[in-house]
Amino acid sequence: MNPLELLFQPGIVQTVVLGSALLGSLAGALGAFAVLRQQSLLGDALSHATLPGVCLGFLVAGTRDLGAILLGAFLAGALAALSVMLITRATRLKTDAALGIVLSVFFAVGVVLLTLAQGRPGAAQAGLSTFLFGQAAAILRADLWIMGGVAALASGTLAALWKEVKLVTFDPDYARALGLPVLAIEATITLLIALAIVVGLQLAGVILMVALLIAPAAAARQWVQSLGAMVWLSAAFGAAAGVTGALISASARGLATGPVVVLVASAVVLVSLVAAPGRGLVWRWLREARARRAIAGRRVLAAFQGIAEAHGDRTYPTEEGMVETLIGRPAPGVMDRLERDGFIRRVDHPPETTRHWELTEKGHARADRERGDRKP
Amino acid sequence: MQDQPLHEPQFALHVEDLTVTYGAQPALWDIDLDIPPGVMAAVVGPNGSGKSTLLKSVLGLLRPVAGHVRLFGRPSGAMRARVGYVPQRTAVDWDFPTTVLDVVMMGLYGRIGWLRRPGAAHRAQAMAALAELGMQDYADRQISQLSGGQQQRVFIARALVQEADLYLLDEPLAAVDAMTERVIMDLLKRLRDQGRTIVVVHHDLTTVQRYFDWMVMMNVRIIGQGPVAEVFTAENLRAAYGGQLALIEGGAVTPAPARTEPPP
Repeated sequence: MNPLELLFQPGIVQTVVLGSALLGSLAGALGAFAVLRQQSLLGDALSHATLPGVCLGFLVAGTRDLGAILLGAFLAGALAALSVMLITRATRLKTDAALGIVLSVFFAVGVVLLTLAQGRPGAAQAGLSTFLFGQAAAILRADLWIMGGVAALASGTLAALWKEVKLVTFDPDYARALGLPVLAIEATITLLIALAIVVGLQLAGVILMVALLIAPAAAARQWVQSLGAMVWLSAAFGAAAGVTGALISASARGLATGPVVVLVASAVVLVSLVAAPGRGLVWRWLREARARRAIAGRRVLAAFQGIAEAHGDRTYPTEEGMVETLIGRPAPGVMDRLERDGFIRRVDHPPETTRHWELTEKGHARADRERGDRKP
Repeated sequence: MQDQPLHEPQFALHVEDLTVTYGAQPALWDIDLDIPPGVMAAVVGPNGSGKSTLLKSVLGLLRPVAGHVRLFGRPSGAMRARVGYVPQRTAVDWDFPTTVLDVVMMGLYGRIGWLRRPGAAHRAQAMAALAELGMQDYADRQISQLSGGQQQRVFIARALVQEADLYLLDEPLAAVDAMTERVIMDLLKRLRDQGRTIVVVHHDLTTVQRYFDWMVMMNVRIIGQGPVAEVFTAENLRAAYGGQLALIEGGAVTPAPARTEPPP
C-alpha cells in the first residue's frame, strides 16, 4: 500500500507520532546515562548486534510477530554485551577493540540471516529490511503497547532508584564504599539501555539507532545544570527528533526513517554545541573576545601611564602616535571604549592637530591596580 | 556478621597478611598493619608503593589474594556506615551536571535508604558540612566551575556528612593551595580531637612531622608503623624510597621530583 495513503487514513498518523515520541524519549532519557558513563559505543555495538536476533525471531515465529522479533533482538543484544565483557576480561584487548569485534561479527551474522530470511514466504510483509534503517510507518497500533510497557518499566526504575543511579553514574567507587550494590545497578542501567535499543529498532534501525541514544543526550548536556534536567531535556529532544523524522519519512515514499531521524537529531546537536549559553562555542568566542579587548585596553592604559610618569605630569597630553610607537596600533574601538568608560580624555594640544589624550584619575587608578595585580 | 566474635577490636584498623596483586605483580605483599583509634595517621611511600591499593582493599573495593581486614574488630562490609572515604579527586568526571550541595548529599545516600529522597534535614546537614570547609557560598555552584582545591573540599565535605568514626583520605593535599591545605588539616585535627581516626595517604614528606602523630611507611611491604617520631627515620626512608631520596640532615627530606602516580 502507498505510504501516503496510509498516512492520511485516520489513526495511522496518530500511531506513528505516538510510537516515535515514545521511542525517541525513551532512548533519549536512557542515552543520558550512556553518555555520562562514557559508554556511547556500547550502545552502537548493542544495536548492530541485535540484527541476527531480529532475523532469528522472524524465522522461529514464521510471521511478523513483534514480540518474537524483539525477544530475539534482546537476547542477541544481551549475548553481545556479555561477549564484550568476556573478551575484555579474558584477553588483553581493550574495550574499544572488543566492541569493534563484537559489532562486526554479530552484524555480519545478521546480514547473512537476513538474506536467508528474505527468501522465506511472508518476509516481504514482515518488512524485515525496515529493521536495517527503520521505518516508522511500519509501526502498528499493537506495537505501541510493547513500547509503552518498556517506557513505563524504564521510568519506574529510574524514579525508584534515582539517587542510587545518579551516584553510581558519577562515582561508582564511592558508591561501593557506601555499600551500594554497584554491579547490580550498573547491570540494570545497561539492561534498560538494551531494552530501549530493541524497541527503538523499528524507528531508527539497527545501523543508526545509536544516534537516538547519544545525540539527544549530547545536545541536552549543553543546556542543563542537573542530571534530572538533562534526562528530561534529552527525552524531549529524542521525542522531537523521532516525531519529526517519522513524519518526514512517512510522507515520502520509500524514505527510511533512521537517516532522517539522525539528520534531525544532528541538527539539534549542532545548534546546542554552537549556541547553548555558557557551554556553546559562540559564548566561548564572546568570552575570549571580551578578554582580548580587556587586555588591549590594559596595555594602552599602561603605556599612557608610563609616558605620563616619564614626563612627571599626571595629566600629560600624549599624542596617539606615541602610544602606537610603543605598543603598536590598538585594535579598532579600543580607544573609543576607553574614552567611553572614562579612563582617558581627548585634549587639544595646539598647534598640533593630531589626536592627543590624557589619562584621567580613574584611568590612573585602573592602571595602578593592573600593575599591582602583576606584582609577585 | 554481627554474631561473629570481634577480632582485634582494640584497633580502628587491623590488617593481617594482606596480599593484593594486579596481574602477576604484587601491589601489596603480606601487609600487617594496626592503627589505634583516635590518631591522625599518614600513609607514606613512593609512587606505586600500593598506598591507594591499601585504602581500596580496606574499603572492600578490591578483592585480596590473601589476608583479612577488620575495622573496630569487624569485617569492612559490616562497617560501611562508620567509614568515610575521600577518593582522589581525579577519580570522577567533574563535568557531571550537578551542584556542590548535591554531591555532598551523596554522602548520606547510604543512610537515607532505598526509595527515599533526601529532604530538608539532609540539606541542612550537607550545608553544615560545607560550612566546616568554608564552602557554604558555593552550595549551588556547578561542580564543573570549581578549582582543584574546591573540588577537594567538596569531596571531604561529602565524607564529613557521613559522621564516620574512621576516615580514609586518598591524597587530599595533592595539588591544593596553602589555604585549602590549612582548611583541610584544621578540620582533620578537629575530627581527631573528637576521637575519630584519620588515615591519610600523604605525599609531602616535609609536612609529615607537623601534621601527623602516627605513620605508616610502605613500599609494597610495610617498612615501619607507629608514632611518627619512631618511624620517620633516615633508615626507614632509605628502605622505602631507596635512591630516589636526597637526605638532608636529621630527617628533613626532599623527595625526588617525579610525582605523577598512575591510577591503580
